[in-house]
Amino acid sequence: MSEAHAELGFLRKYVFSTDHKVIGIQYGITALVFLFFGFCLMMMMRWQLAYPGEPIPLVGGLLGETMVDRGAMLPNFYNQLGAMHGTIMVFMGIVPLAVGAFGNYVVPLQIGAPDMAFPRLNMASYQAFVVGGVVMLVSFLLPGGAASSGWTSYAPLAVFATSGQTFWLLGMLFLIASSLLGGINFIVTIIHLRADGLTFFRLPFFVWSQLVTAFLLVLAFPALQAAAILQAMDRLAGTSFFLPSGLVVGGSAVAAAGGGSPLLWQHLFWFLAHPEVYVLILPGMGIVAEVIAVNTRKPLWGYKPMVYSLLFLGFLSFGVWAHHMYMTGMGTTMSTFFQITTMIISIPSVIILTCLVISLWGASIRFPVPMLFALAFLPMFGIGGLTGLPLGLAAPDAFLHDSYYVIGHFHYVVAPGTIFAMFAGIYHWWPKATGRHMNETLGRIHFWFSFLFMNGIFMPMMFEGMAGVSRRLFDPTIYTHAEAAHGLTIMTSWSAWGLALAQIPFVINFFWSMRKEERAEENPWQATTLEWATPTPPPHGNFVETPVVYRGPYEYSVPGAERDFSPQFVKQGG
Amino acid sequence: MNEPQYGWWLPPNVSAHGDDIDLMINLIHWFMLALFVGWSIFIVFCLIRFRARPGHAAVYEPIEARFNRWLEVGVAAAEAVVLIAFAMPVWSKIKTEFPATNTNPVIVRVIGEQFKWLFHYPGRDGKFGKTAAEYYADDNPAGLDFDDDDGIDDITVRGLHIPEGRPVIARLVTKDVIHSFKIPVMRITQDVVPGMEIPIWFEAKSTGEFQIGCAQLCGLGHYEMKAKLTIESPQEFQRWLDEEHSALGL
Repeated sequence: MSEAHAELGFLRKYVFSTDHKVIGIQYGITALVFLFFGFCLMMMMRWQLAYPGEPIPLVGGLLGETMVDRGAMLPNFYNQLGAMHGTIMVFMGIVPLAVGAFGNYVVPLQIGAPDMAFPRLNMASYQAFVVGGVVMLVSFLLPGGAASSGWTSYAPLAVFATSGQTFWLLGMLFLIASSLLGGINFIVTIIHLRADGLTFFRLPFFVWSQLVTAFLLVLAFPALQAAAILQAMDRLAGTSFFLPSGLVVGGSAVAAAGGGSPLLWQHLFWFLAHPEVYVLILPGMGIVAEVIAVNTRKPLWGYKPMVYSLLFLGFLSFGVWAHHMYMTGMGTTMSTFFQITTMIISIPSVIILTCLVISLWGASIRFPVPMLFALAFLPMFGIGGLTGLPLGLAAPDAFLHDSYYVIGHFHYVVAPGTIFAMFAGIYHWWPKATGRHMNETLGRIHFWFSFLFMNGIFMPMMFEGMAGVSRRLFDPTIYTHAEAAHGLTIMTSWSAWGLALAQIPFVINFFWSMRKEERAEENPWQATTLEWATPTPPPHGNFVETPVVYRGPYEYSVPGAERDFSPQFVKQGG
Repeated sequence: MNEPQYGWWLPPNVSAHGDDIDLMINLIHWFMLALFVGWSIFIVFCLIRFRARPGHAAVYEPIEARFNRWLEVGVAAAEAVVLIAFAMPVWSKIKTEFPATNTNPVIVRVIGEQFKWLFHYPGRDGKFGKTAAEYYADDNPAGLDFDDDDGIDDITVRGLHIPEGRPVIARLVTKDVIHSFKIPVMRITQDVVPGMEIPIWFEAKSTGEFQIGCAQLCGLGHYEMKAKLTIESPQEFQRWLDEEHSALGL
């Protein structure tokens, strides 16, 4: 199976590689660095929110005079941090980690393929990601700073914004291109490169989740790609796609042709951005499913309903976008349509979550570190999903729209939701990818403190939103009702800084494991899926012999079997 | 200012339709809590009962599909009830069932701009003067066309005064970017979109002084784009209108 390759130089092997595993690790490390950077932006914002007008400790003295006034944050910088935190976390952090890293690394292995269908396209998609990321980060150095109109870049505000917004649009062009190339690659790979015997309903749930995610990327991103170009034209070429007539900004009439619509931007943006949130969660659900199956020693309960739910969810995700726009002057007919689709889309989510929960029944549950994260995912995603209900219904949304409740809602899904799933995946596949074990004790410390602080950050936000506090406010205490809820802000801020400290054991663990002598076995978790059939770590080409698949992905504790797991790739009875 | 009691949950409700919204919010949260507690109890039970230990193997196929179907149907049914019996009627009432003219609503134009609110009343003649973007100036923030007689008695102020017990129809416009007109104690939020005039209505059921905020990022000064809401008795409201009228020299 391994192809005879001439020995590649360092650059071709590790920098300009077309091997999906190298690309996966490149994506992973780059994404984790960007995630950390985005987290740092938030930690600064959290200081301003908890102690408005106070000089920022440690970094206050290092920031420029457009960012801070004698160390205390300025509103312009706050708005930049807000817009870039969201942008970086979503487009440069989670998607590249969940899809680019885990998808690239694991999918070819789990389907028994030697690589992705288009290895060079894969490399190109990573490079486009890096270029987009650099453009985004560099925008902080512009005279007017980075984009500051929210990650949502609503027109007309974003059209009138400083050059940082143009960099945002340019960065998005590259980041979206990266996802489009990657999405095509995943779809073709999963459809065409499955090993013999690996029918669709023998695929691990993780592969299904990546397949649906890839379709979401390919079908939804073009809307934002087009919209970004249109907004760039409004900014640079004198068009008015999103600018109505008669605008007066700061006392002077806007020199634009007019006749455009700000709502058009919102429709195009949210047409992507709603499926995007499913892109953010689906790979995580896939990872959690894998980890739960392995550590419960029994098949996933309701595998088929889960798969059908994934497909239904993906399809429906294109029909709910305007629930982000209830407050734009929408009447009854439109809002009824979107409320109905939004209520319906909660059903497949509930099915997937419930199936994972029921999978615990009758199990023999082991609790290694990946399982701790996977189990925590369940109630955390539960809270995130449930808090979507009052937002998805237009009437309560009238009060909760653009409040801290929304921030709490989506962060519960992405932060102790997806990010925990990412950690589960890192701890779970670490032995296969690196040939080393991670330290269990450090992992447990990492888990428990992360769990504690995640809730410490986002649960107070639910109450803050209920108290009427709006989001994106440089200093909420201007409002009396927000001042009354200030204790919640302080809780959130200290928990955020605590969460940062809680990651230290993880970083130490990374280096600790690489220095260990003792190597991991090929299948340390005694799992059944194909990635565990490779040597550890897998070489270029992955499998020593092309695998053949004989059974489903979760044949654990099969009655009458010798061991409590029957791998897909082992022909038993022979 | 008589201090309304603000805390960590819903602010005081002084809006006629606020009770409907609060009922929905509370109902939905009880439902959410029930689901969450149910799931959590089940999970914790499983983690203890089915933890790996010697002599305890997993069972290959322990549960039948029937159990799950009831949960799904139950959740879907509850959502349908909340949607049809509560959400849709309340939304319809707030957004489309505007008060009839014979309820004598107060009509006011609300003009948002970076970073302040302006409230434009039609004055004694009950008619708004013509406005246009070309007339905006520091001393004419509403952009009134002074050639139009209807506008002579128009009142433009930076704080919103409304009478208790009488519906208010607000027509929302913006000069520059998207803002959002939010009054937490009235349980209303409405985006203000350039190029559109969006009407909303509300009715206060008790007096007091409260705050109006902007709930859609509109630039550097977004955080301080607040205005004062004064809800007063009908007599006080009329007195205020008369004072404003005199201040115009009329």
